[in-house]
Amino acid sequence: MPEGLFGLNPWLDGLIRLLLIVGLMTVVAMGLIYIERKVLGRFHARVGPQRTGPFGLLQSVADALKLIGKEDLRPRNADPWTFEFGPYMVFIPIFLGFVVQPFMAGFNVRVLDLGILYFVAVSSVSIVGWVMAGWGSDNRYAMIGGMRAAAQAISYELPFVLSLLSVSMLTGTLNINQIVEGQAVVPNIVWQPLAFVIFFIAALAELNRPPFDIPVGESEVVGGPFVEYSGIRWSMFFLGEYASLFIMSVLISALFLGGYVWPFGTELGVGFQLVLTVIKAALLIFLIIWVRASVPRLRIDQLMGYAWKILLPLSLAQVLINGFVLTYHLPMPVLTVVGFGGIFLLSWLTERAIRKPRAARASAIALQSEAAS
Amino acid sequence: MVTESAHEFETQDLLLNVGPQHPSTHGVFRMVMQVDGEVVRDIIPYIGYLHRGAEKLCETMDYRQGIGFMDRTEYLAAMNAELSYVMAVEKLAELEVPDRAQWIRMILVELNRLASHLMFMGAFGIDVGVFGTPFIYAWREREAIIDLFEEISGDRMMYAYLRPGGLAWDVPTNFVARTREVLTAVRQGIADFDGLLTKNEIFVARTQGIGYISAADAIDFGMSGPSIRASGVPLDVRREEPYLKYDEIKWDVITEQDGDVYARYLCRLGEMHESVKIVEQCLERLQPGAIMPEKMPRMLRTPPGEVYIRTEAPRGEFGVYMVSKGGNRPYRLKVRSACLSNLQALKHMSVGQYVADAIIVLGSIDIVLSEVDR
Repeated sequence: MPEGLFGLNPWLDGLIRLLLIVGLMTVVAMGLIYIERKVLGRFHARVGPQRTGPFGLLQSVADALKLIGKEDLRPRNADPWTFEFGPYMVFIPIFLGFVVQPFMAGFNVRVLDLGILYFVAVSSVSIVGWVMAGWGSDNRYAMIGGMRAAAQAISYELPFVLSLLSVSMLTGTLNINQIVEGQAVVPNIVWQPLAFVIFFIAALAELNRPPFDIPVGESEVVGGPFVEYSGIRWSMFFLGEYASLFIMSVLISALFLGGYVWPFGTELGVGFQLVLTVIKAALLIFLIIWVRASVPRLRIDQLMGYAWKILLPLSLAQVLINGFVLTYHLPMPVLTVVGFGGIFLLSWLTERAIRKPRAARASAIALQSEAAS
Repeated sequence: MVTESAHEFETQDLLLNVGPQHPSTHGVFRMVMQVDGEVVRDIIPYIGYLHRGAEKLCETMDYRQGIGFMDRTEYLAAMNAELSYVMAVEKLAELEVPDRAQWIRMILVELNRLASHLMFMGAFGIDVGVFGTPFIYAWREREAIIDLFEEISGDRMMYAYLRPGGLAWDVPTNFVARTREVLTAVRQGIADFDGLLTKNEIFVARTQGIGYISAADAIDFGMSGPSIRASGVPLDVRREEPYLKYDEIKWDVITEQDGDVYARYLCRLGEMHESVKIVEQCLERLQPGAIMPEKMPRMLRTPPGEVYIRTEAPRGEFGVYMVSKGGNRPYRLKVRSACLSNLQALKHMSVGQYVADAIIVLGSIDIVLSEVDR
């Protein structure tokens, strides 16, 4: 990356990049909202938005205008500072995560040598915003939602980071662009299938997407921390949610699917690289929407148990195996075999956790109720 | 020093008000949950937000006008509610219902049971947390049934089609063919639910072992319908005291042994299969004929007396207690609501479990608030 874009002075250059982020992310998020509504509509055996503009393309614009026009309410007993700054605390870290996203070779906002570390650091800040929103709203649903969000983020951060770690062990760098370029021959998913699966699951939890949408659980806590927000502040949460969906998909595609490179030659034009990235990210986004349309929500204890008892040990094992293979220079296909074995183990453990005998569970609950009364 | 720390860390329980405006209370039900973290310690239900005095109003109207109020009492299974009412009137007035009317009534109430259970599937799917998919699936097939009812009765929700003595008018000529079409659609719908929810791992993990109630407790609470059959009690009014023609055809009472939320779901799913079977047999037995008794007075008057009629509605025993002192209107009418009795067990089933569990327990007993409050 040259010092300044178009040879401008660094401040102006920074400003341009900042505007680029904000503009691009807003457009992308609005596009994603439209796409999700359309795709979900198809999953639901209905058509989705179709009245606003051709194919309903202007639906997001209409929604945005409506939200801007709405009254910005604040409950009388809400804590003004935490309530009003909650949305920003959610929104800004997500935008900061955009800085290191690789779309094309030599064109992202900044290429950081510690890109992964930076991303993990900023993205986990947004949870503070969730707790602020939950606490500041002076609403019990919101508070339960905020606490759930905090518990969930803390649990899933660990498998998330550990599977990131196993990828960077393989390439020996924390620089996302270098990780992408290291996959020119074979994408990382071939060597690290288990890490990919764990990372995908943890990413769903980080994004609060179903089946991990417990903090916002529509049928229990009615939107969780967002329940008291309206108008532009609410739309900020919404925008942040979709922006982070996009960022996370680009990140997964960069780390595991080879981002802007592919195995059939390295001499790619900038436009083609962008298309590759977008296609890979779009596949992941479609997968995430598909999951949303078809699975129920987990319960909070099941969610935590799954992270701590199943995902965390397996991702630790993956890091350990990577270490063995790299230290003793074992052939790389060992990793693939072990990884697929790990996926089977993961499925088996999941199945076993679910198929607990019902009688045992019922009697445990009976004991619990006795203790309660 | 750790001697008294246990006392210092005692925390206060949170009172969480759920409803009357809440996406998961299926109407205007309100409950106050005492929550310790995520665990429910106590539930105080409040009902009555939808009380309209329907029973009292029925006393001011003649027997035919009361049918409309039964529709509004149980709007998701209006045919079943009408059936209890008109059967009570028939018993008071000693009317003999023609065969054809009985077969058609049976088809209609079973179709309405299908529609109601489909509604349960959809709403329950949302309670468990699938974003909309089961709801729309359910409504797709329910729409077919409702369309059929509209062709028959002229209304999509408040049919007012049954009459004391028989039916308001005969069904359209293409009724049998149309019903078979609807059954094909419904069979597909049931298969879709099997694929979407029944085997889904998260669904199984969320629902199995939750909201357990034993057979003895269920009987004590006076539960009925699928909610009690899921606890292993084969109580079904259609089998216990056969009305219409239920004793002439082959069908099974579906029971489950586990008494949890999953069992209640499976029970309803099985009942949908049974309803399809019943309707098919009824269609084969349907013969042309009269739909009303030959000598019907212009204004129906009943001799003095009292009667209690119960039928198996989708949610359980829907009973009508009617007192007549002569004349063309009931002296007293009382509706025995299955939902109200089933709702009593809510606290028993959900205390000690998580907030999210209490929500799906409420969903699993499938209440209709207009029937609870009347």
